[in-house]
Amino acid sequence: MDIAVLGIETSCDETAASVVVNGRTILSNVISSQAALHEKYGGVVPEAASRRHVENIIPVIDSALEESGKSLSDIDVIGVTCGPGLVGALLTGVTAAKGLALAESKPLVGVHHIEGHICANYLNDDPGTENDLEPPFICLVVSGGHSHIIHVKSHGDYEVLGRTRDDAAGEAFDKAARAMGLGYPGGPAVDRAAAGGDPGKIAFPETDFGNGSLDFSFSGVKTALLNYLEGSRAKKKPGAASGYRKGIEAGEAVESGDVNNAAEVWTPDGILIPEDVAASFQRAVVNVLVRNTLAAAVRTGLRRVCLAGGVASNSELRKTITQKGNDIGLEIHIPGPVFCTDNAAMIASAAYYKYINGKRSGLSLNAEPSLKLGSS
Amino acid sequence: MKAAEYITDSPEQTSWIGRLLGKTLVAGDVVCISGELGSGKTVFTAGIAGALGVSGYITSPTFCIVNEYAGKLPFCHFDAYRVESAEDMNETGYFDYIGGNGIVVIEWPERIEEILPEKYISVTISKIPVEYGSSAEARKAAENRRLIRIRRVSV
Repeated sequence: MDIAVLGIETSCDETAASVVVNGRTILSNVISSQAALHEKYGGVVPEAASRRHVENIIPVIDSALEESGKSLSDIDVIGVTCGPGLVGALLTGVTAAKGLALAESKPLVGVHHIEGHICANYLNDDPGTENDLEPPFICLVVSGGHSHIIHVKSHGDYEVLGRTRDDAAGEAFDKAARAMGLGYPGGPAVDRAAAGGDPGKIAFPETDFGNGSLDFSFSGVKTALLNYLEGSRAKKKPGAASGYRKGIEAGEAVESGDVNNAAEVWTPDGILIPEDVAASFQRAVVNVLVRNTLAAAVRTGLRRVCLAGGVASNSELRKTITQKGNDIGLEIHIPGPVFCTDNAAMIASAAYYKYINGKRSGLSLNAEPSLKLGSS
Repeated sequence: MKAAEYITDSPEQTSWIGRLLGKTLVAGDVVCISGELGSGKTVFTAGIAGALGVSGYITSPTFCIVNEYAGKLPFCHFDAYRVESAEDMNETGYFDYIGGNGIVVIEWPERIEEILPEKYISVTISKIPVEYGSSAEARKAAENRRLIRIRRVSV
């Protein structure tokens, strides 16, 4: 018998709801930042309001049900992110889910946010094709807040093999983008700029803790980038023109750029090309992610590697891990970009697998800002 | 009150100053750490956490806005970098942590100035600029040099 799960996600910036059947088939996937939703409910919600889950939650759930063609009574299970995340944000989703579960006498399943990201890999994200991925596999979860290498042993059985010791990979991208004046959100901005640059131009540090550690550090590469930009600015001759144009000769007058923009940075050999800096920075971050993830596969002897989290939509990461993984006979699986960033379909999928494995949360479910993976 | 000033030459030394400050903290203390990106705010915080017996890594809370740890005292690490308005802090539990019985560290406090407590310990970490035309060695050494100022503030 088919099991339809309503998933709810409010752990950070996005308010999201989705209906997924049997953990795989997506009937609807609604995220508060989606334009269609804004039109329907009166104007575009400003960026600053994206975290106003209380205002968003009911319209988002309504929309997800409507798009799925199901009514609340057709839903078999309600799944909700219960941690980790912001306590106020989590509580909005958990409270809504508990209310629905109580009113409709439906089972309630609390989901760890990272477990959700992992489960995005089970979704039939490409309509018309069946995704039959099953554990065990290695999953690299990389986002603004997380950088984990996880051994997924079976549904619900996880071992963390590596994690960041300081900044998350997505955070490094965001801060690099800001420092280079590339705009927000930083990940896609660096990705776009890097597309036109030479990744071999600058050797940024690729931290390796040695001793077989699969941990990450992205604080060093961030600081190296800032030092590089600062060092370049310091070398700029007083009174020299600001601005840049790709490939221009040193010292030549160029179009003006704004003061805090990398566009006016100079290097010893002429004018710095922001595309080259972005490409070199991205190469350093991606190399470390790929190196440690493939090492985890080799160590465990697993042949399947999955990606998850917002940074998994980075084109260089997708390309590099697929290439290097295939080179050594690994199968690489990456969800479609929409299912890499925060969404509720992944939560519904995770809730499904917990449900069929007998997990129920009950109405005592609470938001846990510091929830550990495997304890929900 | 005059600020105490320290000059450090490495992240390890910056963390050590954090550790020394951490040893002086008592329940309810709030430490606000200001400084540019990459100046070492999280490194300094890790030092404080070490002094409080927090085990494991102190990761950046930029994305999550707050990370909570259990040490000898509850230890709570905020980062207001991504916060748009003081109102946003409602969802983080900020107002429950301030005035509680733990230690609170806040990075980028200038973004939430209007809701900082009346008394806190201010830490500013800044790079020391090198003069135009300095040697490559001098510039290299300056990359890791920081001026750390610590003072008690009461509004």
